[in-house]
Amino acid sequence: MSSAEESRTPGTGWVGQAIRRKEDPPLITGQGNYVDDITLPGMLHTAIVRSPEAHATIASIDVTAARDHPSVVEVFTGDDLAREFEQGLAMVWSPPGVEIKTPLNLPLARGEVKHVGQAVAVVVGTDRYATVDAAEDVIVEYDPKPAVVDPEKALEDGSPLVWEDFGTNRTHQWGVAGGDAEAALREAEVTVERRIVNHRTAGAPIEPRSSIADPHGDGLTLYSSTQIPHIARFVLAGMLGMAEDRIRVVAPDVGGGFGSKLQVYGEEALMLALARRLGRPVKWTETRSEHMTTTHHGRDQINYVTLGADREGKVTALKARHVCDLGAYQLLLTPFIPELGFPVMGGCYEIPNIQLEFEGVFTNKFATDAVRGAGRPEATHWIEVMIDQLAAELDLDPAEIRRRNFIPKESFPYETPLGIVYDSGDYHGSLEKLLENFDMDGFRREQAEGRERGVYRGVGLSTYVEVCGLAPSRAVGPQGVGLQSAFWESAVVRVHPRGSATVYTGASPHGQGHDTGFAQIAADRLGIDPANIEVLHGDTDQGPMGWGTYGSRSLAVGGEAVGRAAVKVQEKAKRICAALLEAAPEDIELSDGKFQVRGSPDKAMTMAEIAGAAHIPPQELPTDIEPGLEETDFYDPENFVFPFGAHACVVEVDVETGKVEIVRWVAVDDCGPAINPMLIDGQIHGGVTHGIGQALYEQIVYDDEGQLVTGSFVDYALPTAAEVPMFETDRTETPSPVNRLGVKGVGEAGTIAASPAVVNAVTDALKPLGVTYMNMPLTPMRVWQAIEEARGRDGGGPARTEQGRSLDEHGRGAAGSGPTSPGEGGAA
Amino acid sequence: MIPVEFEYAAPDSLEEAIDALVQGGEDAKLLAGGHSLLPLMKLRLAAPTMLVDLRRVPGLRGVERADGTLRIGAMTRHADLEDEPELGLISHAAGLIADRQVRHRGTIGGSLAHGDPASDLPAVLLACEGSVGVEGSDGTREIPAAELFQDYLTTAVGEGEVMTEVRLPALTDYGFGYRKFTRRAEDWAMVGVCALVKADNGTCEDARVGLTHMSSVPLRATAVEEALRGSALDADSIARAAEAAAEGTGPPGDLNATPEYKRHLARVLTRRALEEAAGLTAA
Ligand SMILES: Cc1cc2nc3c(=O)[nH]c(=O)nc-3n(C[C@H](O)[C@H](O)[C@H](O)COP(=O)(O)OP(=O)(O)OC[C@H]3O[C@@H](n4cnc5c(N)ncnc54)[C@H](O)[C@@H]3O)c2cc1C
Repeated sequence: MSSAEESRTPGTGWVGQAIRRKEDPPLITGQGNYVDDITLPGMLHTAIVRSPEAHATIASIDVTAARDHPSVVEVFTGDDLAREFEQGLAMVWSPPGVEIKTPLNLPLARGEVKHVGQAVAVVVGTDRYATVDAAEDVIVEYDPKPAVVDPEKALEDGSPLVWEDFGTNRTHQWGVAGGDAEAALREAEVTVERRIVNHRTAGAPIEPRSSIADPHGDGLTLYSSTQIPHIARFVLAGMLGMAEDRIRVVAPDVGGGFGSKLQVYGEEALMLALARRLGRPVKWTETRSEHMTTTHHGRDQINYVTLGADREGKVTALKARHVCDLGAYQLLLTPFIPELGFPVMGGCYEIPNIQLEFEGVFTNKFATDAVRGAGRPEATHWIEVMIDQLAAELDLDPAEIRRRNFIPKESFPYETPLGIVYDSGDYHGSLEKLLENFDMDGFRREQAEGRERGVYRGVGLSTYVEVCGLAPSRAVGPQGVGLQSAFWESAVVRVHPRGSATVYTGASPHGQGHDTGFAQIAADRLGIDPANIEVLHGDTDQGPMGWGTYGSRSLAVGGEAVGRAAVKVQEKAKRICAALLEAAPEDIELSDGKFQVRGSPDKAMTMAEIAGAAHIPPQELPTDIEPGLEETDFYDPENFVFPFGAHACVVEVDVETGKVEIVRWVAVDDCGPAINPMLIDGQIHGGVTHGIGQALYEQIVYDDEGQLVTGSFVDYALPTAAEVPMFETDRTETPSPVNRLGVKGVGEAGTIAASPAVVNAVTDALKPLGVTYMNMPLTPMRVWQAIEEARGRDGGGPARTEQGRSLDEHGRGAAGSGPTSPGEGGAA
Repeated sequence: MIPVEFEYAAPDSLEEAIDALVQGGEDAKLLAGGHSLLPLMKLRLAAPTMLVDLRRVPGLRGVERADGTLRIGAMTRHADLEDEPELGLISHAAGLIADRQVRHRGTIGGSLAHGDPASDLPAVLLACEGSVGVEGSDGTREIPAAELFQDYLTTAVGEGEVMTEVRLPALTDYGFGYRKFTRRAEDWAMVGVCALVKADNGTCEDARVGLTHMSSVPLRATAVEEALRGSALDADSIARAAEAAAEGTGPPGDLNATPEYKRHLARVLTRRALEEAAGLTAA
């Protein structure tokens, strides 16, 4: 069966319907079960003592006063627990031929601290409040050392070193090229060069991290707010020197992750070690201050990008060098995240010569790692901004320059000069649909009229292609780019004797809607109402190994596995049905929710009847049919999938104050055939909001001493409903040839698309004032400074409009008013 | 996010509240809406050992009008004020505080007693030339706005005193405007400006301009007021007067704004607030 066909034909047509999320009624009526909701008999609580210093030697730790608190059971330092761990926390990238400097990373520091918030000791007690009090009585003496915060300064000779033993702050260099970019740039008629700063952000899910370790016999159960229960078990078993079957990891309801829970954290290992040592359940729940300080951050790259083109705007060469601030330690995927963007670093464009270089840098900050989009938002941001910069240079319309460079529809599957094969696409199609929905001509008229009245509006386009559906193991794993991991997904489809079904997936949703979408996929293949299909996930004891949810992989890998397992069940059901109805299996078709003999609709059975017969056969079934009705599928795709789309954003800039308001957002996204359009819209709404957040509001800021300035939601400004417009979404559906469902992914698409649209829109709005380029976040002050400079006045700040370093890109100054965050130390 | 241990009392009368406060000494704090105090306690930036909750004390909530004065009970919520637009500037400014949830908890007394320079209502009190009534074990006294705000998070309300009401001249013959500049709708003011103008046949008879977050305390933009009094109340003279808005201010720089940018904002917002007050533009 060919891809898209299969998804549309059988069953009862649940796929494609915007049915409501099955998971919502319990969640919105307070029936959810998050880790912090779990209380186990005899459970102990913990508070973690964290470093207020960005870089220091630990001179001494005195735990006596803390230990004397009546409800404190024990206080442990890094030295006390050293023997609990056979290995440090995992970093899984070892690219062939490249050494990545990776310091030992233990859950509690020993001897030295390398960033603010690093865990130094843990207080375990019977009462949560008392452990927090006692943690304040742990007296740690630090001998501070110079900290390095700016990644480019960290690469200069004479910079303080985060890790003296390595002799450098450079973690690694990696590169990839196709064609000859240097030569093509020399020959190019025009070149445009920019320094683009993609600043540090936080994942900031509503539910902070939380973990409980529960010992039983010689095993341990870890309840954890994670996106990757199976990977966590794999890694933690290694750290603790235990067999995997002795550790069970459960991710109950998870209140968002955005990549920040695609991690195996020290606190998870710590809870397991404490539970094993103390023989009692032990719990830790992160505070928001801890989240901002010690849950991994995202982005933080400086991209030096050069485009070469001819005068018609046809891009001939792309060269980019990336300086990537990784923080002080390597977490699971830390050094790999910037490189994860490389497959789409040419964007939607046919660029024959591409050269990419990456440098990782240690700084005295917390580690960066995956945050929604993970490498692809950064890649998309600079290529989409650069295309507009080139258009401005050549005085070309931003839509037109895109048309001239898009990979034509006929060229798919398209192999990029980097050897990546884009599966399917119609970039002209989505752009034209967008322009039609948007009415560009109308906008340009309105814009011109507005400018006469002093109203500055601008439109920004972003036409993105992203690489997702992580998998394929062949490309990403040890034989490919070198992740010591695999990326297939597992599914089990079990039809119960009375006809309801359970679907198990190795993916691990945390808000996406798998319970609904996966049920729809199974429903059509089984002829069962999705209401009667329960989707299970997030428990390593429930089904086979899986790889979790991230990288917009769940549907294209996990959902496909569910579809395949369901088809296997369907085939078996047909054989049973055929035997009972005395027909040939090939003549049984699933139609209108029934298995019927082709041409004689009165000869039909429901899945419930077939399932009953599968378990309790009313008559003898052919001997080659095993009892039961359950199938498993392990699916590892042959290629990535490449969703794409076109977004347009309209902003209005108050040119007196610099404040940017988003007034309109129009999107056309293509993630293949829709399983549930409402889930797609939800992901696009949230994803775009996330990207708007980075473009205008959110930024993790450390001061020059390595103190975190944005330690709470007062200073770390997430956009709220008031800051985002109504979203006008639309879709095109270009099936992927990679999987049978034809699906791509959509969890990160909005984020990947959004930030360049905003930046391009603001640049468009300010064009009459002579502003040509600004780095994110486009805070009012930064925009005002850019306007002042373009007018030839001194905006007072070092913000420059061209390739400039800007005032707060790495942060200066103290927090504003309101309850300011401690942002450091303590267990508040 | 867990405060230090503390005692809690919710007395039924003002006398008991004052007693409890006095007994608690310097480590006792009044609790009103809790929306400034509790976050500080949870972050362990404040650690009172005793909280005296005013929620059961009768007679502290609501607005009375008498002889051209508004008498607003200290426990009146921002939302109560927002819901009475006839109160003018104070209602308008209260409606711009954070979001509706915060406005349902936060009180005018808490806001004024806390002395946060980013709060919206202090500058309003100052521009209106209002005062607050406080009561302690030694009796009652009145503190004029100009004396209330002493420094960052420091007001003239004494340790053993309870603010009971806020007195504002109704100023019904004034036009008003309030301009609050924030990054996000729910944020604290980076800079805020409230303006009151009284016109007589197109001439400005009186002008009052209060500045939020331009110093460690709310300020009056006296240079602007003086420039405007007696001049025509039109766009030109407003624009000219507003140029003086940052005179004598010492705004602290922070994450979102340098002092220079804040001064610039003060000038722009002063012009806009005055235009609004003069009826030249809508809010
Ligand atoms: C998310 C958020 C956003 C906010 N945004 C804004 C904003 O934009 N603008 C703004 O103006 N405010 C803002 N606030 C603050 C809010 O308005 C507060 O409620 C207010 O500042 C304090 O009032 P309260 O009743 O909560 O006081 P509390 O927090 O209960 O008390 C504050 C202080 O005042 C003292 N106190 C309280 N009542 C009295 C009294 N009657 N007599 C003497 N002392 C007293 C207390 O002891 C304490 O020291 C925000 C708050 C939050 C949580």
